[in-house]
Amino acid sequence: MSVIIFTELDNGAIKKSSLEAVFYGAELAKLQGTTATVLAIGESSEAELAKAGNFGATKVLHANDARLAVSNIQAYASVLTEAVNADGADTVILAKSSLGDAVAARVAAKLKASIVSNVTALPNLSNGFVVTRSIYTGKAFASVLMKSDKKIIAIKKNAVSPVETDALAKVEVFSPALSDADFGVKLVATHKASSTISLPEADLVVSAGRGLKGPENWGIVEDLANALGAATACSKPVSDLDWRPHHEHVGQTGIKVSPNLYIAAGISGAIQHLAGVNSSKVIVVINKDPEAPFFKAADYGIVGDVFDILPRLTKAVLAAK
Amino acid sequence: MKILVCVTSVPDTTAKISFTDGDTKFNKAGVTYITGPYDDYALSRAVELKEQHGGTVTVLNVGEADAEPVIRKCLAIGADDAIRVNCEATDSYFVATQIANIAAQEKYDLILMGRESIDFNSGVVHGLVAELLGIPSLSPVMKLDIEGSTAKITREIEGGKENLEASLPLVLGCQEPIAEWKIPNMRGIMTARTKPLKVIEPVGEGLTSTDKYELPAPKGACKMILAENAEELITLLKTEAKVL
Ligand SMILES: Cc1cc2nc3c(=O)[nH]c(=O)nc-3n(C[C@H](O)[C@H](O)[C@H](O)COP(=O)(O)OP(=O)(O)OC[C@H]3O[C@@H](n4cnc5c(N)ncnc54)[C@H](O)[C@@H]3O)c2cc1C
Repeated sequence: MSVIIFTELDNGAIKKSSLEAVFYGAELAKLQGTTATVLAIGESSEAELAKAGNFGATKVLHANDARLAVSNIQAYASVLTEAVNADGADTVILAKSSLGDAVAARVAAKLKASIVSNVTALPNLSNGFVVTRSIYTGKAFASVLMKSDKKIIAIKKNAVSPVETDALAKVEVFSPALSDADFGVKLVATHKASSTISLPEADLVVSAGRGLKGPENWGIVEDLANALGAATACSKPVSDLDWRPHHEHVGQTGIKVSPNLYIAAGISGAIQHLAGVNSSKVIVVINKDPEAPFFKAADYGIVGDVFDILPRLTKAVLAAK
Repeated sequence: MKILVCVTSVPDTTAKISFTDGDTKFNKAGVTYITGPYDDYALSRAVELKEQHGGTVTVLNVGEADAEPVIRKCLAIGADDAIRVNCEATDSYFVATQIANIAAQEKYDLILMGRESIDFNSGVVHGLVAELLGIPSLSPVMKLDIEGSTAKITREIEGGKENLEASLPLVLGCQEPIAEWKIPNMRGIMTARTKPLKVIEPVGEGLTSTDKYELPAPKGACKMILAENAEELITLLKTEAKVL
């Protein structure tokens, strides 16, 4: 009854959000007196994958068929299902993401597993298997009893704070049978911003709203983000107006983020915006209107003009380096 | 083309969330219900596709009787008929089973829904339905065109988007800007009253149960920094908040 963790690779390395899932899975395995196995799909090296051991995994199953190099929801779901069966796993852990959700959903249907998403902490096993999940886009939490033998848990960022060790995991090649039927969707083209930091993964986010007045002013936002090593984000009207690409739009109808630091510049703090950012650890608000609702949700606030404050913050960050 | 659009009836995005009965039930008092915003995008695109290619749009809601105003609004926007599976929708697997059951009999070319509901935000029902039916699913879909039996799709990915092609039938989780939200007109509202709304009972049972709800701890006071001392923020983030 092992725990399997579905991980995602980025240039051969296990993504940070997936390493959090590995740690979560390993902690759960400890509670259940079993071991944690990682599934990694795609190109990587043994040395790289063995690092999953730092986060508590004992074994890594590496599926590296050439047909799996490009992420494919159906094929990945078949591989994960085979891995669950081969390892005799009862529980699948993954980090919430658009690929992870899609793969996990299909595996849940294949295994008739209960599936709970946006889980924010380790389960309570004292009375059944109970997880806490975030609902209403972060406005509340629910305790959910998972009743089936097979269980799938998609965790939210910061569900656990990983503690790393020097332990290495044993890496095994995993060669599941692939079916042509899983390759029906044809990828025609990918358009991806080259060097930017991934927004859902980012620990630091600098976000800006309509207060920036136009796309030509985004330089001051990017400068602060670059100085901090932060990802950039924006409010919905900003992406609706095409000032910024849609994948930067955060909020109830956009990306949900939970970074350690969320800096909001020239954003009023409408309830739909807050819904996507309210699980950030620390929120900083910069707005010229002292009555802006965002201040009520903030940890630190500056009443001031973004065109004055942002460049000064960038200088202060660079000076402190 | 035969299109099924699955919609949720959810608290308005500005609704105050609270619970009753010892935090075991959502407090519906004073809450306005709306069509899930993502589902609304799916429905709007379905109506546009019907206008282009002909066919029918059926709306499906897995939910209780109080969802009917939302279902009627979907009919007013342009769906032809509706089905409601009479139950509380709290478990993803259970909801997906109801949808797949109906879809297995009706053979839709397209099953559209929002990328996620805004009450439980799981974003897994489209994947579950697709696997139960043995067909592909994609989400979040930002653009959808149909040419013959092929769907041309733009999907958002982390930091960008990708273009995909797949044969129908398909299950898609939708988001903006796949279509503009549609507002029902007077004629739509009048005809919606007489369009068929079939109520059926659910099959099977859920694999999870929700026992208790909780609100997040209230946020402490916001520490204000004078604009002339803005640089102090960076020091506080390092030494006090310890996030830099
Ligand atoms: C169903 C629905 C879903 C929605 N989903 C989302 C969502 O997911 N995400 C989202 O963001 N919104 C969402 N919205 C929209 C939301 O209600 C707000 O309209 C939006 O968040 C406002 O964006 P904003 O704060 O950038 O702009 P505004 O509300 O126009 O605020 C601009 C702010 O900038 C300040 N400002 C102006 N100039 C300066 C300056 N020079 N220096 C400092 N401050 C300045 C102003 O005081 C003001 O507070 C949704 C709305 C609906 C109805």
